[in-house]
Amino acid sequence: MTGLPIAVVGASAAGLAAAETLRRSGWRGPLTLIGDEPHLPYDRPPLSKQLLHGAWAPEKLLLRTTDQLAPLDLDLRLGTRATGLDVATRTLTLDDGTELACAGVIIATGVAARTLPGADRIAGVHTLRTLDDALALRSRLAKGGAPGSEGVAAGGRGLRLVIVGNGVLGCEAAAVARELGHDVTLVGIEATPMAAAVGTEVGELLAEEHRARGVRLVTGAVAGFETAPADPADGGDPRVTAVRLAEGAAPSGGAPGGSGETAPGGGRLLPADLVLVAIGSRPAVEWLDDPALDTGDGLRCDAYCAAAPGIYAAGDVARWDHPVHGRPLRFEHRMNATEQGMAAARNLLAELAPSAPAGAEEAAPAQERRPFAPVPYFWSDQYAVKIQAYGLTAGADRVETTVVDRAERRVLALYGRDGSAVGVLIAGLPPRQVRALRAVVAAPLPWEEARERIAAATAPG
Amino acid sequence: MKITLDADKCCAAGQCVLIAPEVFDQRDEDGVVVLLDAAPPAAQHDAVHEAAAICPAAVIEVHA
Ligand SMILES: Cc1cc2nc3c(=O)[nH]c(=O)nc-3n(C[C@H](O)[C@H](O)[C@H](O)COP(=O)(O)OP(=O)(O)OC[C@H]3O[C@@H](n4cnc5c(N)ncnc54)[C@H](O)[C@@H]3O)c2cc1C
Ligand code: SF4
Repeated sequence: MTGLPIAVVGASAAGLAAAETLRRSGWRGPLTLIGDEPHLPYDRPPLSKQLLHGAWAPEKLLLRTTDQLAPLDLDLRLGTRATGLDVATRTLTLDDGTELACAGVIIATGVAARTLPGADRIAGVHTLRTLDDALALRSRLAKGGAPGSEGVAAGGRGLRLVIVGNGVLGCEAAAVARELGHDVTLVGIEATPMAAAVGTEVGELLAEEHRARGVRLVTGAVAGFETAPADPADGGDPRVTAVRLAEGAAPSGGAPGGSGETAPGGGRLLPADLVLVAIGSRPAVEWLDDPALDTGDGLRCDAYCAAAPGIYAAGDVARWDHPVHGRPLRFEHRMNATEQGMAAARNLLAELAPSAPAGAEEAAPAQERRPFAPVPYFWSDQYAVKIQAYGLTAGADRVETTVVDRAERRVLALYGRDGSAVGVLIAGLPPRQVRALRAVVAAPLPWEEARERIAAATAPG
Repeated sequence: MKITLDADKCCAAGQCVLIAPEVFDQRDEDGVVVLLDAAPPAAQHDAVHEAAAICPAAVIEVHA
């Protein structure tokens, strides 16, 4: 085993956290970080917020500068994709033909944006997952609609932007596009935005905010796109002119003016200069074809984040047995990427320690592997509304929502499952109270007890 | 140890305060991080490193 590297696949939040933790925890052997994007590790949450808005330059998203990476002594392979992994020999195959035998592997390949059939060959239809995606969308939003105009900010006409998908990402992008002065229609199969993530009552509160800001909310399934012949300046692809909804789609209340017309073949048309498809993601596991791995919905791991001996996973790609919640869970939350990257790195080192004295710190006693048991956390920013949630808010069978101040969109919601409280969501409460609520759902708690503790934590004074 | 913040990037997650309450706090209005002690004593160093590593917005920078 002497001299073999640990390889981390995926050079983003989880992969970087894993690499840094490996070094901090004493790995002195070679360390390879492989990422298929050409960029240094950068942060994704600002892509749909400050970057899309134009408030931040791309450099601000870098998680580490070159100088900060230097002490890690990484064999950093950017623009390189892992195409295979042989679990028994821990050998990675890379798209440049390299075969890399490893002491251990941490898989942090995240998820990729889902899209609609044919969408990638239509100009003006975008997804939003990577920096390059966000820069492409931002440059269209910044230019605005009128030919030759300097953009909306300079008085140009707003674009007609149709966002397909009313989940967290679609809602954040809608908020930014409205703030930039564009004409925004948010289409979802669910009548209530973000309902799957936060339940219908909190979703309805957010819907009110979007409507108040002028976003048109439409319920319906998208059947396809209408296009116009390619503009030579755009390259060869036809350009989108409208989003076609399946028959039976209806506006979901409060839509100003009847928007859209009927397509020749039936079904409503939503005219569009620009489309964002934000219909979720799929775990980047297609390159993992070793039958020893279960890649059903993400890479299946045990409570230690191990998918197989010496093979660990972290971040959006990993579905692991949460020891406290007692079932396999996978999160697409920024906080989890870091925490799980750290946990996977520590557990891999603990596993390797007895067998790889050459790489591990000789003096440091071998750490025990520990189950990864975080309190999940996520946030979202839309307009001035900041949503924060601890624990599990999706998949609840019981939600109790307390609207503290409807106009100010202040809300507190408790989420339950099988009789226990498992998640809490907050908007517009003071930070101290928000932090105190974390402890309430750190582990499933009897519902009534959770309610009492929340009342105590949010009591004035 | 010396700590600097890029508070502009802070998403108000409050994780730093949970981990190192002697060193970090949050503004009441918007939850943005506040540095209580830019050069904390040795007893705090592990917690500060942990907070810097966990912060989901890469706000906290620790200098030797
Ligand atoms: C626009 C946007 C906004 C978000 N906002 C929030 C928010 O407000 N709050 C929140 O909690 N979370 C948010 N998230 C989610 C958060 O960003 C993710 O949970 C986090 O980025 C996950 O990190 P990761 O390292 O697991 O995966 P990723 O960030 O997806 O990184 C995986 C990396 O691996 C690379 N890769 C994939 N396959 C291969 C391969 N075969 N070989 C080599 N490299 C490969 C990918 O290109 C990518 O660079 C947002 C996400 C997006 C896209
Ligand atoms: S953990 Fe980071 S993002 Fe959260 S409050 Fe502290 S500095 Fe801000």
